[in-house]
Amino acid sequence: MSDLKCKLLVIGAGPGGYVTAIRAGQLDIDTIIVDADALGGTCLNVGCIPSKALIHAADEFQLAKHLSKESQIGVSVSKPSLNLAATMKWKDGIVKRLTGGVGGLLSKAKVRVVPGRASFVDGKTVEVAHEDGTTTIKAENIVIATGSQPVELPFLPFGGKVISSTEALALKKVPEKLAVIGAGYIGLELGIAYAKLGAKVTIIEAMDRILPTYDAELTRPVVKQLKALGITLHTGARAKGLSTDKSALVYETSAGKRAQTAADKILVTVGRKPTVEGWARESVVVDMDGPFVKIDDKCQTSMSGIYAIGDVTGEPMLAHRAMAQGEMVAEIIAGHERVWDKVAIPAVCFTDPEILVAGMSPDEAKAAGHDVMTSQFPFAANGRAMTMEAEDGFVRIVARADNHVVLGIQAVGKGVSELAAAFGLALEMGARLEDIAGTIHAHPTQGEAFQEAALRSLGHALHI
Amino acid sequence: MGEYTIKLPDVGEGVAEAELVEWLVEDGQSVREDDVLAAVMTDKATVEIPAPTDGVVIWRGGKIGEILAVGSPLIKLEVVGEGNADEAGAQTPVEAPKADPAPKPEAAEPVKPAIAAELPKPAPAKAASMPMSSGAPRAEGEKPLASPAIRKRALEGGVDLRRVVGSGPAGRISHDDLDAYFNAGGNPAATRLARTANTSVKDIPMVGLRRKIAQKMAISKSRIPHITYVDEIDVTALETLRGTLNAARQPEQPKLTLLPFLMRAMAVAIAEQPQMNSTYDDDAGVVHQHGGIHMGVAAQTANGLVVPVVKHVEARGLWDCAGEVGRLAEAAKNGTAGREELSGSTITITSLGKMGGVVTTPVINHPEVAIIGVNKMRTLPQWDGTAFQPRQMMNLSSSFDHRIIDGWDAAVFIQKIKSLLEAPAMIFIED
Repeated sequence: MSDLKCKLLVIGAGPGGYVTAIRAGQLDIDTIIVDADALGGTCLNVGCIPSKALIHAADEFQLAKHLSKESQIGVSVSKPSLNLAATMKWKDGIVKRLTGGVGGLLSKAKVRVVPGRASFVDGKTVEVAHEDGTTTIKAENIVIATGSQPVELPFLPFGGKVISSTEALALKKVPEKLAVIGAGYIGLELGIAYAKLGAKVTIIEAMDRILPTYDAELTRPVVKQLKALGITLHTGARAKGLSTDKSALVYETSAGKRAQTAADKILVTVGRKPTVEGWARESVVVDMDGPFVKIDDKCQTSMSGIYAIGDVTGEPMLAHRAMAQGEMVAEIIAGHERVWDKVAIPAVCFTDPEILVAGMSPDEAKAAGHDVMTSQFPFAANGRAMTMEAEDGFVRIVARADNHVVLGIQAVGKGVSELAAAFGLALEMGARLEDIAGTIHAHPTQGEAFQEAALRSLGHALHI
Repeated sequence: MGEYTIKLPDVGEGVAEAELVEWLVEDGQSVREDDVLAAVMTDKATVEIPAPTDGVVIWRGGKIGEILAVGSPLIKLEVVGEGNADEAGAQTPVEAPKADPAPKPEAAEPVKPAIAAELPKPAPAKAASMPMSSGAPRAEGEKPLASPAIRKRALEGGVDLRRVVGSGPAGRISHDDLDAYFNAGGNPAATRLARTANTSVKDIPMVGLRRKIAQKMAISKSRIPHITYVDEIDVTALETLRGTLNAARQPEQPKLTLLPFLMRAMAVAIAEQPQMNSTYDDDAGVVHQHGGIHMGVAAQTANGLVVPVVKHVEARGLWDCAGEVGRLAEAAKNGTAGREELSGSTITITSLGKMGGVVTTPVINHPEVAIIGVNKMRTLPQWDGTAFQPRQMMNLSSSFDHRIIDGWDAAVFIQKIKSLLEAPAMIFIED
């Protein structure tokens, strides 16, 4: 088939790749983007977006169930029912709208989309295999945005009742018993959603607590809610495999005893690994940084003209990091002077309640040698939280003791993900406690807890 | 579980109170028997208070710098089994640590519960203190604080933001700061903001030795009308003698500095003018003229000035003086000098060696009446009548209590010392 030429070739049309391409198009760079699957990558198709749709549906169903029983707010409904097929159809509709939207944005930016699987031939040449044969593309610059994929357990390979997050977002019916291996954010988000949709959920976690990368204070409200939802949590436990009749998941308890839990589906969410195979990495000489492609502060790999962005380049594997990297790389290729100088990459767990972190945790700040002051403000003292029946959780600010510059902000509570904008902005602008304390936060909103936490650090919180 | 109260023990003869200088434990901390809990300081010595039993700290009786009465509760421990809370009155105070070699019988006297009841409650923990209004400026090597827009402008303008001075709170860089940098042609020293006012104020509590020094200095300077007298001394001959003696010294003998010669010369001069070796009790209106010459030798330590005392210089030879000065200076620096070795002086020498300067105005060590200050030694040209000769010259800057010592007497004293040091053999001639 025909050969193509371009100034920029992007491999992978996930959030990192498509943003690179759109920004490049805006900058009049002749750009081609290649992806074997649908536009939007993991995020839009089998990740952030569909999971949030499922979580929303689960929350609504949970609310209806709650209102059909006892309700203190004077609203009651009759027993609700769930049509998961309709839910999935609605979710697929959203995904389709968004991926279609990406296609539209790419074409508006005059980016050529070549579907197919890309493989490097050399540092300037890529072959794309597709149904009609092979297209060879020669490019001055290439961006590797191949993303990541779920980690498979060797003794529980995906298939049959063992599923990854991808399959979990497309189930035909709610499993009666769902076993989840791994209490990271993906396992918890999906486990909680299915528990709300009616599944009997059991979570097996090898570490001694859930979300081990977050401090215990932040995760405590989530642990409490797991109990309230009837989710069984086994920490310090290791999955061992399927029982002989394949009806249950066998695991070893923290005490070293063998146990098993009956399961219709076993969801394995033990992490994600960078996709560094399948694109003929051996044809180019890019250095690696552990399992990841090594990049510098301009997302440049060890080979000139080849950049890498997103999950393939390391932690945190988050869409918004990939998008920011992609935007930067497009501008660098357009000749602008850019460098990765972000202060914070906020991270959200859409658990119940939600967890939000931006910047350094108190322990990280201390480990970095800072003398810190830390204060938190509980939602139990926040009027808006009370009116939403969401008093669990708090906002916490970590600041330097000497000059009050804010180093990190964390929150746990219903809907706190929307505070990410304020937290990120405060950190990126180099805010001090006085800046946050001196900003009027609208009343009544949960954001007031942010201002109050700053006031509390300064010794004069008003509502506690 | 019981409560065990540890009281401030009697830490030295005649000491009724001590200053709390350090907490080595925190509330809630587990301690084992003999762990050091706190340090208190009396007039001269710092004493560590050990735990008499295992337990958990549940209360601490005071803040650093507070003066506590002997016998007042210092710390409370939660202990396994019965504590001593109920019998606080009958409780024998904790055994005094080794600083007091011979505990007096009254040390074991029970403390009246009434005293404990009167003690002020520890101040509630203060809310986070406000260090300053705008925060400390950016320290060397720290990441510059600037918004994304400013970072981008700097990058595009080829400016390393670490070179730009931020005028904002905590050293945040504004667009104006960046403009100023560009306008100054990228020379940070030339920007109008290059020298920012540092409005920070650091509060340093005056505790421990520093507070003692402050009190003593204030008494000396406010109560004693000083007269300071300076004269120069040709120490060429003394230096020759010192060199000869040091070259010939036995291995066990200390190296001689100038100090032992001065001490011996002063002892000879004091024999002629005993009023120099006095302490003046101005409250009682009595001058105590001492027979024994106890020379304080001011020494700088990491914590501040201390004055170890060489006792009975009149009875010591040159090598003996040298050895004692060396031993005491070492002990003072290590903090091992005892109370005895740090008190009881009758006259003081202050010497900063190479840092001695040309002239100083020494502050008399109250209640003494004289202090001899040694300035640095220099080689200077001296006219011998026919030519300039290089001579080793050194000044003595000395202060006297003008209430006791007249200027004439001060001059006679120093001239005597001068004559002895310029012809050092005279120091050692008996009769």
